[in-house]
Amino acid sequence: MNRFAILCAVALVAAGPALADTSRPPVDYANTQLSDPRQEAQAKALMEELRCLVCQGQSIADSDADMAGDMRALVRRRIAAGEKPDAIRQWLIDRYGDYVTYDPPFDWLTAPLWLTPIVLVALGLLLARRSLKRRGRN
Amino acid sequence: MKVTRILIWLPLALFAILLVVVATGIVKPGDRTIHSRMVGKPLPAFTLKPMVANKPGLSPQGFREGGPRLLNVFATWCIPCIAEAPELMELKRRGVAIDAVAVRDTPGDVRKFLARHGDPYARIGDDAKGEVQLEIGSSGVPETFVIDGQGKIAMQHIGAIRRDDIPDIMAALERAK
Repeated sequence: MNRFAILCAVALVAAGPALADTSRPPVDYANTQLSDPRQEAQAKALMEELRCLVCQGQSIADSDADMAGDMRALVRRRIAAGEKPDAIRQWLIDRYGDYVTYDPPFDWLTAPLWLTPIVLVALGLLLARRSLKRRGRN
Repeated sequence: MKVTRILIWLPLALFAILLVVVATGIVKPGDRTIHSRMVGKPLPAFTLKPMVANKPGLSPQGFREGGPRLLNVFATWCIPCIAEAPELMELKRRGVAIDAVAVRDTPGDVRKFLARHGDPYARIGDDAKGEVQLEIGSSGVPETFVIDGQGKIAMQHIGAIRRDDIPDIMAALERAK
């Protein structure tokens, strides 16, 4: 067991991170803000609601992955060209599905996601009322 | 009183459901790959400059003249791309036409990569900003799309092509004829 633990530790140290990044410099607008602060605010708000596709737990605003940089550049380019944030979000949904947005639309698949909290609160209130009533009687 | 007697089993029942959910997750993990929604749709419009001097660049026009082709999204900085290189050579040997989108790459790196791992490509487009990658709904490298003779995306293979993926890809190419 002990030997196994040591082996694991050695394996962890020996395993370097996989090199999966380009040697090319990041594209324009990946890390450069738009000059119009209002547009930049719009872009930033949208970037925080788009999922990085290669990191999966982060928004593209948070991620350092090259692909997230490309997606930020895409968002900023399109915002600068006057496109509406919702249209850009839809463009990405058309390619990657709802998975790409952190603001999932309401449909039969996401219904439990939206409705379960409401149902649980209602159930809680009901239980509370029942047990309070009982205590009142005693 | 009778209701309470039934209700007393509710937590156990919920626990059993939870157990089943967790167990299925362990036995059969869900599909975490992000499939392109562009499968079944025509290639979107794009024009990519040639990546290397001796090969043409890429546009959807090139997929509308003749039979089905493979569109391989690759990069020299991507390690699984090296792993699939021999399989792409095998596909080429079987007569499959393969074009490539080189994502965030440089001509020098691509030349070296092709010299070292073989060159299965008829055309290579320079997707410096990863724009075409996003355009076709690809979420990483390597990915390979089967494009039919009309320029429609017929299939997406996510990740490196292994030897045992080749029959599937050949079948998809056959269907796309």
